[in-house]
Amino acid sequence: MDIQAGNQHSNQATPRFQVALYVTCLVDLFRPSVAFDSIQLLEQAGCKVTVPNLQTCCGQPTYNTGDYESTIPLARQVIAAFEFADYVVVPSGSCAGMICHHYPKLLQDEWHDRALALAAKTFELTTFLADIAKIERAPGQVRQLPTVTYHDSCAGLRELGVKDQPRALLKDLCDLEVSELSQTEVCCGFGGTFCAKMPELSGKMVGDKLDSALATEATILAGGDMGCLMNIAGRAKRLGKVIEVRHIAELLADDLDGPAIGEGKS
Amino acid sequence: MTAVEEELGSRAFKSNVRASLKETEKVKRRDMLGLFMPMIRDAAVKDFDGFEELRQHVKQIKQHSLDNLHHYLSQFVQEAQNNGNHVHFAQDSSEMNSIVLDICQQHDARRIIKGKSMVTEETHLLPHLEKAGMQVIETDLGEYIIQQAGETPSHIVGPALHKSVDEIRELFLQKHALGERELQGPAEMVAEARTVLREHFLKADVGIIGSNALIAESGYSMLVTNEGNGDLCANLPRVMIICTTMDRVVPRAKDAMSLLRLLVRSATGQPVTCYTSFYTGPRREGDTDGPIETHIVLLDNKRSDILASDYREMLQCIRCAACLNHCPIYIGVGGHAYGSVYMGPMGSVLTPLLTSLEESNALPNACTACGRCAEVCPASIPLPDLLRDLRHDETRAKLSPTRWRLGMKIHAWLLCHPWLYHKSTALGMPVLGWLGRKKGSFKSLLLANGWTDERDFPAPQGRTFMQQYQPDRDENNDAG
Repeated sequence: MDIQAGNQHSNQATPRFQVALYVTCLVDLFRPSVAFDSIQLLEQAGCKVTVPNLQTCCGQPTYNTGDYESTIPLARQVIAAFEFADYVVVPSGSCAGMICHHYPKLLQDEWHDRALALAAKTFELTTFLADIAKIERAPGQVRQLPTVTYHDSCAGLRELGVKDQPRALLKDLCDLEVSELSQTEVCCGFGGTFCAKMPELSGKMVGDKLDSALATEATILAGGDMGCLMNIAGRAKRLGKVIEVRHIAELLADDLDGPAIGEGKS
Repeated sequence: MTAVEEELGSRAFKSNVRASLKETEKVKRRDMLGLFMPMIRDAAVKDFDGFEELRQHVKQIKQHSLDNLHHYLSQFVQEAQNNGNHVHFAQDSSEMNSIVLDICQQHDARRIIKGKSMVTEETHLLPHLEKAGMQVIETDLGEYIIQQAGETPSHIVGPALHKSVDEIRELFLQKHALGERELQGPAEMVAEARTVLREHFLKADVGIIGSNALIAESGYSMLVTNEGNGDLCANLPRVMIICTTMDRVVPRAKDAMSLLRLLVRSATGQPVTCYTSFYTGPRREGDTDGPIETHIVLLDNKRSDILASDYREMLQCIRCAACLNHCPIYIGVGGHAYGSVYMGPMGSVLTPLLTSLEESNALPNACTACGRCAEVCPASIPLPDLLRDLRHDETRAKLSPTRWRLGMKIHAWLLCHPWLYHKSTALGMPVLGWLGRKKGSFKSLLLANGWTDERDFPAPQGRTFMQQYQPDRDENNDAG
């Protein structure tokens, strides 16, 4: 990975933004390259990036299952670890939505106020890059990309209004128009623990999403949420359908040489 | 469906899901519905300036009405009685059914015609009247079709949306003794139903309808239909009975108008229904037609409990079904899989509140929290939040599977110990990554069988990010 370009940029002047990266558990465990890509993009956009090491998971699995009591200490842990930062950037719409919308609902009194303060400075990655840092050029080389379709994750789309930002970034940084999915605003059937609780229904939904993706004849399906992407990639793999599923940070940072999600090294 | 079957139905949600996903033709039709209904709703909303402002306004109307329910309900009752209506309160389903049956028996009614009403579905009024020897005919075309087929509504606005044109044609040929005929296409079928229903309208003793809004200032009841059957039920028989619930009350006629503008666009994408009627009361002196006697039965059936609970916002619902039409779960499995009177997101909230969480806790779990229902709800009900709150109640009442609850506790405990979490994942993930390095994913994986039933499990890249990341990387590179 070429981290030189990003560093050169941030060396030129004082960083414009002090950003704490909330890696998210799925990126940390399954696709660390997305976090490295995110750092590269943020540095290219003039940010000084730190990664607080007291981070694990935002608590969506317990919260959405209805175990609020177990989620409260997790929410407090995230707030305590990130409230020092000027900005918190998250390469996932649902995790950012959890911090921005659900922590304040979950917590009371002093913690409620601290949750609101954190929510005010927390951004999903593409929103931060496009709307706040206003990144102007890609950190890596810009190469001709194949056809790309984009999956709008529900939480990003509806809780945070992430819709134009990824498309604008692909256009501005990679000179790429997205081949849109039909019914792009319909859920892919991941839904956190839902996909394990109601597998058949989830399977139907991800099957429909995959069919729409294949109908675009795109080579790559990009998205901003690892949960959805693993769901769609896993379904494609199961059915032997060929489509590269990647996090949008990989496209923007020109990190396309490694295997796509669910693909092997051979 | 009887109450007992329904109870079983909700319990059996997961097996109903499996069965309904196997109905290939119906799955296709539902998918079309899921494509078509949002399209017509979106078009209607885009054509209408200030939908969002009106939505906020209607939310305030509903919240204000509920906050002052006692006041507006008393006002409505007073005004309705002044207009000559008999007003009855029913605590629960059986009380409503008894009140309606008593009225019918007092008038020696044999033939009853009925407009569409989800409230009477909720109380199972129809079988109750039939058991007492009365003939009850549903006159809303959708309701009529499913009555003939011996089914229950699969949708709160379009009760027969699950039936194909061919199925309905077969049904009419079989049920209507009208001899040899072609019956080609929906127009002929509608004409036939119209002819058959016309006879019932003319012979009926009692008409039963529902209500979309009860107007406190005037005591009037508003009803919207597209077929005009409601008006025939209300005006032709000697006796009219409105079966409704107390949460339909709004203060003024103009509030009912605001609600109407949202309701119809949200439900069918029309700017307004073909018929919007206001029922005032019995025939007055000098009137040439109209019922001699009118009754309004106001059902509670746990709505007072809901009003006093954290789920009060659910009473803002205006029954437009936009949440059903936009829900991928509802579209995926159809209304019957829910095994309850109300289905889709609004049904998954209401059913546990109207019955019990013990018998219907599968329903609040039928949600990916995608938020599309809340996005389109004209009454701004935070449906995904209410569904999650019901899962919270489920967790606290220990109704969810023990392995889930315990699993979540252990999961959360580990996540609250970052050092231990990072150490253990740093051990586990590289192994998993190495095992999956060639294929890139797993066909099956320990503890992930729900996932791997339907899809492969993508393998991790290898070492975790926290394991690889060097905080002083910048400084090192700077130095180099």
